[in-house]
Amino acid sequence: MTTTTVRDDTQRALDGGVAPRRFGAWYIAEHRILAMKGYAGDALFQSFGNPLIYLFALGVGLASLVPQGVGDVSYLEFVAPALMATAAMTVTSNETSYPIMMGFKWNPIFYGMNASPITGGQIVSGMMIHIALRAFVTVAIYFGIIVLFGAVPSALGWLSIGSATLTGMAIGVLISTYTSTIEEDRGQMAMLQRFGIMPLFLFSGTFFPLEQLPVWLQPLGWASPLWHGTELGRVLTYGATEPIWLTVTHVGYLTTLLVVGLWATRKHFVRRLNK
Amino acid sequence: MPQPVISARQLSKTYGDFTAVDGIDFEVAPGESFGLLGPNGAGKSTTMRMVGAVSTRTSGELSILGLDPNDHGPDIRSQLGVVPQQDNLDQELRVRDNLLVYGRYFGLPRRLIAERADALLDFAQLTDRKKAKVDDLSGGMKRRLTIARALINEPRILLLDEPTTGLDPQARHILWDRLFRLKEQGTTLVLTTHYMDEAEQLCDRLVVVDKGSIMAEGSPASLIRQYSSREVLEVRFGSDKNAEAAERMAGVGDRLEVLPDRILIYSENGEAVLERITALGLEPITSLVRRSSLEDVFLRLTGRSLIE
Repeated sequence: MTTTTVRDDTQRALDGGVAPRRFGAWYIAEHRILAMKGYAGDALFQSFGNPLIYLFALGVGLASLVPQGVGDVSYLEFVAPALMATAAMTVTSNETSYPIMMGFKWNPIFYGMNASPITGGQIVSGMMIHIALRAFVTVAIYFGIIVLFGAVPSALGWLSIGSATLTGMAIGVLISTYTSTIEEDRGQMAMLQRFGIMPLFLFSGTFFPLEQLPVWLQPLGWASPLWHGTELGRVLTYGATEPIWLTVTHVGYLTTLLVVGLWATRKHFVRRLNK
Repeated sequence: MPQPVISARQLSKTYGDFTAVDGIDFEVAPGESFGLLGPNGAGKSTTMRMVGAVSTRTSGELSILGLDPNDHGPDIRSQLGVVPQQDNLDQELRVRDNLLVYGRYFGLPRRLIAERADALLDFAQLTDRKKAKVDDLSGGMKRRLTIARALINEPRILLLDEPTTGLDPQARHILWDRLFRLKEQGTTLVLTTHYMDEAEQLCDRLVVVDKGSIMAEGSPASLIRQYSSREVLEVRFGSDKNAEAAERMAGVGDRLEVLPDRILIYSENGEAVLERITALGLEPITSLVRRSSLEDVFLRLTGRSLIE
């Protein structure tokens, strides 16, 4: 037998919605961090292992074929900020592909989250907070190892941790904009990897300056968020010289992609959860 | 008379040309156990999603705890417990962790969530599996964990969408027992089901839904009284002979339903009807006298069986 009146219930509901409305995104981020318990060891191993492998192979191995370096810096110094931005992209592209599809389909946690006071927009924000944290930690570890390799001459080098994270997130939200619309798995993820991520990696001035490409291929680089992130990293880690307007463009371009991608992903989530 | 916790007026939901819910009206009182009974595709789950404040209605009025879900989705959901048709536990988390993260969604303090999680695991008979992976649980255990998760915020209303579909009979009975305890504690239950026995066991009052519309409303007993007779005689003559036998039995009993595999004869006294049939020279292969159920109500109202 209940004695509660609806008026009390209404007030209780209004009170109950206050904290989730304010902190809902952080609750989701908390959830995703807790879910890392299952794979934290692997993630940490990769965070240390990948930079070591790449820096030895490219910075020590390939660099011996380029003894004159690139411009005024050694090949290792040239390639290191690009590898940091790429590492961020690898984390964010992994986290915004299958986990987003899974959350709607195979492990449909997004519907569970949305049945609580959490909104679709907060789910996206929470997921992205977690992904940004993962990318940040990965890139920070990468940066530390690059410092140990002696490849960060500039005092402002540490700022490249932020620029690489921003790059990864700008790419991540573009991917989630797409993956949040996928209803059926028809191998889209493999296609994305092969014809999206891989060309970005190869044609974004990662291993050689963009100017080395034929003129007609260079616009590919200009459109690439990874190129903007890499160039920004080079300005920060070794003071690569470029016009100030170009540096501002890098930041503006990446920020715009991040804002637009977040907006579109949130829109897709809200629409898909409201059926 | 307390005000209703749920009130729907001309509630509708359409997807393009398809009308999933077609102008339904119902109210649920606090502490009541209310059911939506109907076959798959009747619009029950869509109604539940609208009541759950996750699906926007196309037209009509809907009020949950005195609030409109269009404006107060998160506020309303803070007072609901939801057990969806498809389990959406996080398979990447262990059993107890599923409760801990879910409690946080309601902004509850961690210590309170931990206390409730342990009590709920006990209630759901899952204490010894609290560190297990969700994937390793049986279907019945997952269902109980989903119910435990839905109770972490001590909801005013518990919404259950087909709570026992896919479970074996033993698991169903354990679940019914748990739900019955909640009902005794005064939790408002709203459930959808296409199992008549489930509706009879758990619902104080229910609506029979078909093709997005409400066909009838009342308690299980009153619906049976209103739309069926006290007893039903089921006879089988063999699928090719049922129609012919039915013709000869015209006028026997109050009403006759010819199904592909059997004939149902509704009357107040099934045994007496069976005697009359035998007196007509008909010899059914099998015969069974039983009490009328909600299945018979549904058949009467729609001309179709609940499970097709």
